[in-house]
Amino acid sequence: MQLIACPWCGQREEIEFSYGGQAAVAYPADPASLSDEQWARFVFFRDNPKGPFAERWVHSAGCRRWFGAVRDTRTYEFLSVGPLSATTARPSVLPEATP
Amino acid sequence: MADTSMLVRHPLEARRTQLTELSAELDGVALELETPVAAVDLRLDPADPGPAAVADVAGGPLPAQPDTWTELVAGQALRLGPDEWLLTSTAARPEDWEFGLDEAAAEFGGTAVDVSAQRTTVRVRGASARRLLASGCAIDLRPASFPRGRCAQTLLGQAGVLLVAHGVDTRGDDDLQLFVRPSFAGYVVDWLVDAAQEFRRPT
Ligand SMILES: [Zn+2]
Repeated sequence: MQLIACPWCGQREEIEFSYGGQAAVAYPADPASLSDEQWARFVFFRDNPKGPFAERWVHSAGCRRWFGAVRDTRTYEFLSVGPLSATTARPSVLPEATP
Repeated sequence: MADTSMLVRHPLEARRTQLTELSAELDGVALELETPVAAVDLRLDPADPGPAAVADVAGGPLPAQPDTWTELVAGQALRLGPDEWLLTSTAARPEDWEFGLDEAAAEFGGTAVDVSAQRTTVRVRGASARRLLASGCAIDLRPASFPRGRCAQTLLGQAGVLLVAHGVDTRGDDDLQLFVRPSFAGYVVDWLVDAAQEFRRPT
């Protein structure tokens, strides 16, 4: 068990947090134009580096806020935490579907 | 509209006597069910001037620091997140509390929602109150790092709770307040009763 530094609450026990997968997976600019294979790549395929990995975490049992973290996948050590970068945000207005 | 305030009961009302009797047998720990209060969840941009405007209606300043709370005229303002507060009132009716705060928050793009039934409160008092809670809570509860004015959403045993530190009184008795979801309240009280066994007065 280790402590994770929530950007809002500070150091808290690991069990208070949930994992949210790889950070900075950009939402496709034009989702409707993707082939099934391209869509599957966006939905299911993630990097799996050995070393520092940018991830999303949520402090589910505390402030319930999402944040970004860089974690070393070899040692489980958190190298940094901070706000989610803008590139991970889903566009608030999706492009209109073409009939 | 019919006055429903008389119908508000603590979800664990049936266990009040058990807790009173147990507390009499404990050394430095007293467990008590708190009277339900009106509570509103406020979501608001923390940048000026929204919080100050809502504070006028709430009857006291909103806490500016993470994990802290302030006293209102008749209640508490607890900071739950960067843009979230829990505002309680012992005086207002829940619907009035929500209406007034929502009106003030709406002007700054915020909202206030009545969550009076979302949490219920248990009070843990006594010189050993912190030691009792520390046996099931990972955050540092020593008075130096969790003084009066601090609060924290965390886990007690397996249940999510909102822990609130009140002052240490002149007799050195500690005073902590524990907000918990009603569906977890039975579990939390079971846990407290079990953990309190080691504080029984020697017979
Ligand atoms: Zn947090």
